Amino acid sequence: MLYASLKDLSAALAQRKISSVELTKLFLERIQKTNGALNAFITVDSEKSLAQARAADERIAKGDAKALTGIPVAHKDIFVAKDWLTTCGSKILSNFVSPYDAHVIERFNGAGAVILGKTNMDEFAMGSSSETSFYGPVKNPWDKTCVPGGSSGGSAAAIAARMAPAATGTDTGGSIRQPAALSGVSGLKPTYGLVSRYGMVAFASSLDQGGPIAKSAEDLALLLNVMAGFDARDSTSIERPAEDYTLDLDKPLSGLRIGVPKEHFGEGLSADVGKAVEAALAQFEKLGAKRVSIRLPSSGLSVPAYYVIAPAEASSNLSRFDGVRYGHRASGYRDLADMYRKTRAEGFGAEVRRRILIGTYVLSHGYYDAYYLKAQKIRRLIAQDFVEAFKQCDLVIGPTSPTVAFKIGAKAADPVRMYLNDIYTTPANLAGLPAMSIPCGFGNGNLPVGLHITGNYFAEARMLQVAHQYQKATDWHLRRPAGIQP
Amino acid sequence: MNWEIVIGLETHAQLSTASKMFSGASTAFGAAPNTQASAVDIALPGVLPVANREAVAKAVRFGLAVNGGFSDNINRRSVFARKSYFYPDLPKGYQISQYELPIVKGGEIPITSPTRGEIKVRLTRAHLEEDAGKSLHEDFHGMSGIDLNRAGVPLLEIVSEPDMRSAEEAVAYAKALHSLVRWIDICDGNMQEGSFRCDANVSVRRPGAPLGTRCEIKNLNSFRFMERAIEFEAKRQIDILEDGGKIAQETRLYDSDKDETRSLRIKEEAHDYRYFPDPDLLPLVVTEEWIGQIKASMPESPSVQRDKMVGCGASPQQVSQLTASRETSKFALATFSGAPKEEVPTLSNWILGPLSAKLKEHNLDIADCRVTPDQLKALSKRVADGTISASAATTVVLPALWEKEGSVDQVIERRGLKQISDSGAIEKIVDEVLASNAKQVEDYRAGKEKAFNSLVGQVMKATKGKANPAQVNEILKRKLN
Repeated sequence: MLYASLKDLSAALAQRKISSVELTKLFLERIQKTNGALNAFITVDSEKSLAQARAADERIAKGDAKALTGIPVAHKDIFVAKDWLTTCGSKILSNFVSPYDAHVIERFNGAGAVILGKTNMDEFAMGSSSETSFYGPVKNPWDKTCVPGGSSGGSAAAIAARMAPAATGTDTGGSIRQPAALSGVSGLKPTYGLVSRYGMVAFASSLDQGGPIAKSAEDLALLLNVMAGFDARDSTSIERPAEDYTLDLDKPLSGLRIGVPKEHFGEGLSADVGKAVEAALAQFEKLGAKRVSIRLPSSGLSVPAYYVIAPAEASSNLSRFDGVRYGHRASGYRDLADMYRKTRAEGFGAEVRRRILIGTYVLSHGYYDAYYLKAQKIRRLIAQDFVEAFKQCDLVIGPTSPTVAFKIGAKAADPVRMYLNDIYTTPANLAGLPAMSIPCGFGNGNLPVGLHITGNYFAEARMLQVAHQYQKATDWHLRRPAGIQP
Repeated sequence: MNWEIVIGLETHAQLSTASKMFSGASTAFGAAPNTQASAVDIALPGVLPVANREAVAKAVRFGLAVNGGFSDNINRRSVFARKSYFYPDLPKGYQISQYELPIVKGGEIPITSPTRGEIKVRLTRAHLEEDAGKSLHEDFHGMSGIDLNRAGVPLLEIVSEPDMRSAEEAVAYAKALHSLVRWIDICDGNMQEGSFRCDANVSVRRPGAPLGTRCEIKNLNSFRFMERAIEFEAKRQIDILEDGGKIAQETRLYDSDKDETRSLRIKEEAHDYRYFPDPDLLPLVVTEEWIGQIKASMPESPSVQRDKMVGCGASPQQVSQLTASRETSKFALATFSGAPKEEVPTLSNWILGPLSAKLKEHNLDIADCRVTPDQLKALSKRVADGTISASAATTVVLPALWEKEGSVDQVIERRGLKQISDSGAIEKIVDEVLASNAKQVEDYRAGKEKAFNSLVGQVMKATKGKANPAQVNEILKRKLN
């Protein structure tokens, strides 16, 4: 059951081979056993989870079950859930119990899924390694001395270590896809606006997007069916008819045109990763796809543009954490200004403080045009690159991350090197396009390599179909880290 | 040498919507602290703003009203921006406002200046924003209380050009704006509750010289304080300049108890608000179709009704008072309808004088007036045709109409108010009065004018006030001379 697909778990629950309570207990025990080594979860509350599982069992008994009824789902600790501690990996929210549910949580609750726990993450989703959490770094299940990627590293590690059958993440510059790649699992960042951001603690509002992390494309499709949907409380949420993302999964790939961007195979790409990605491209050709060479000329500007826009928005979004109404407040202070200074200096970690400073700087009077406005122009150029690309191809495929997982602490002291991890993932956020990562082999240190698939707006169904066809022909996604096998 | 005072006003008009600018919480005034603060208003992690369509519609109404009904001053696409600063009553650490692209640009407000006559004050812009909460510094034993009921209440900030040249003009503009926002139903104008707040930018210069350094004066919460604050501030600046000093650009607070302005912060201490477009909100798009619908729902403008009243025969002074509110204007136009042109000034005086006094006495709005325009017209007619005296009309008939005692003629009949205009009858009474008041007759003839009034009084007394005073005067004079 720990290794079963969501489809199989759903069938087992429907056929009463297992109850939701039993399934939830199974994973809770698994978490209890492995979390000490991996630190993937910040909060586990078996009482609450089992209460939901019991309700799910009643629902199944009444014949009122939906696809995910009774299935435990681990949520990144950035989604607020009523009565659950929601920390965002930060000291400043270390005492924050949410009085309301995020839209994504509402959707899962409505579907009868069980909240299995809240997963660890880079503080306020700022990081590519899950090392900046106030609750300590997450370890990569494939090699515990390595990072699992970030910022949704807790969710990715939980899936890799089979501590949860499904999980959620958020992606601002690659925070679903990069940890999926480094932890050897599948993750999807939908089109901006497809999944409501209501109740998802904001990092960079114009880039943030919630999405699923799971073992396979097929599981992602089932999860996206629940997560996607219009929400009037999010002004950037897009109103469009609901789609069933599982519908086209089994269609063949013949006629598919895959665009391979020259820019994503140049300098900086580690040879082991390049080799695995090339093999995957060959596999796609074998499955009937056609390979097209494309250009994304502005893609090299994506990291600098991203590291202006994201900190600018973050510096503003994080202003509400001031110790006045909730969250951590410094214990001793002289006056109001001192209270703000101490609270925020104590409450935020170094990386968050760095980004607040960068963001404040680029929005300052006299610098705005040179940084923020210029970055917005680059953003439009990047989006235009994809408009041109999608005239020649259906999907853009390349590597998710330039390297496999790196050692914990290896890049922590060098933010610019850390930021370059996001070179292949940030363009999709800047353009608002859907993108995903699926396992496509192993590189140095026998660590997983991720394949990056970018689609046109709302092409999630097509992307999932292509990924599913690939996963039907390969077994990379079924490989499990040796150390965690029972 | 003269000094010229230059004034521009920034006005915050609270838009009268049921819910807040970006949340569904109620905007009702006076609720217990923090009972009208939703998750969005207190800025919980993860919450998002959604713009209030009704507030946007009200901003569009304003745009149409200040541009003669034309919509070219309404930006079809405007942008919400974040204005950042830290303060405990600002929950998000930024205020959502509009910066580079406001919803309304331009427009004008006509005013009557005591020195320059009819002038037009140009508007720079009007933009939508949310209000902050309230900090309460008393009653908390060295701590501060925060009430977030007001946080997120929709405001329209209306910015004028520096077109005013005296405190009186500034007040005339503020009053005209105050009347307009109520006229078009976008703001209740309640200054005590803070629904209409003004800040003034004041500078002085020699006529013809470039603009001087300005100071912004805050806390002008009544028209009277505005006038006094501007006068104080202008004098303060003139004194400094005449002593050879320089004006420091600063924000000053008006203290009504001491009747002075004092420095709040100098320019160097001014915040860098780090404005940038709010990524949680899409650009605000106003379609032609929607503008058309809003326009169709607008009441006739004050200027159109002003022209109508002048056409009816009212004087400009009367018209400016009668168009102070939409209800007064409506009542006046109904009263004037069908009345002869020469009677309109009298009818206007009836509304502005005795009727206003009556409404004030009962603390009622003209919309709830217990006397109808037709009754007022009938009453005025009975004074004009000499049926009753003006004093009887004011002191007896109007109160009777107010108490719904019947029609004008019924009241006159029942109360026996009909004037004696039969000169024969009056002459007879005059003769009697003269015969029984020989002393006064003698006094008058000896040159004591006062004695005449006494004789008039005697005649009026004898007729129980019903004699036509003009006739009494005329007959008395004839008989005495």
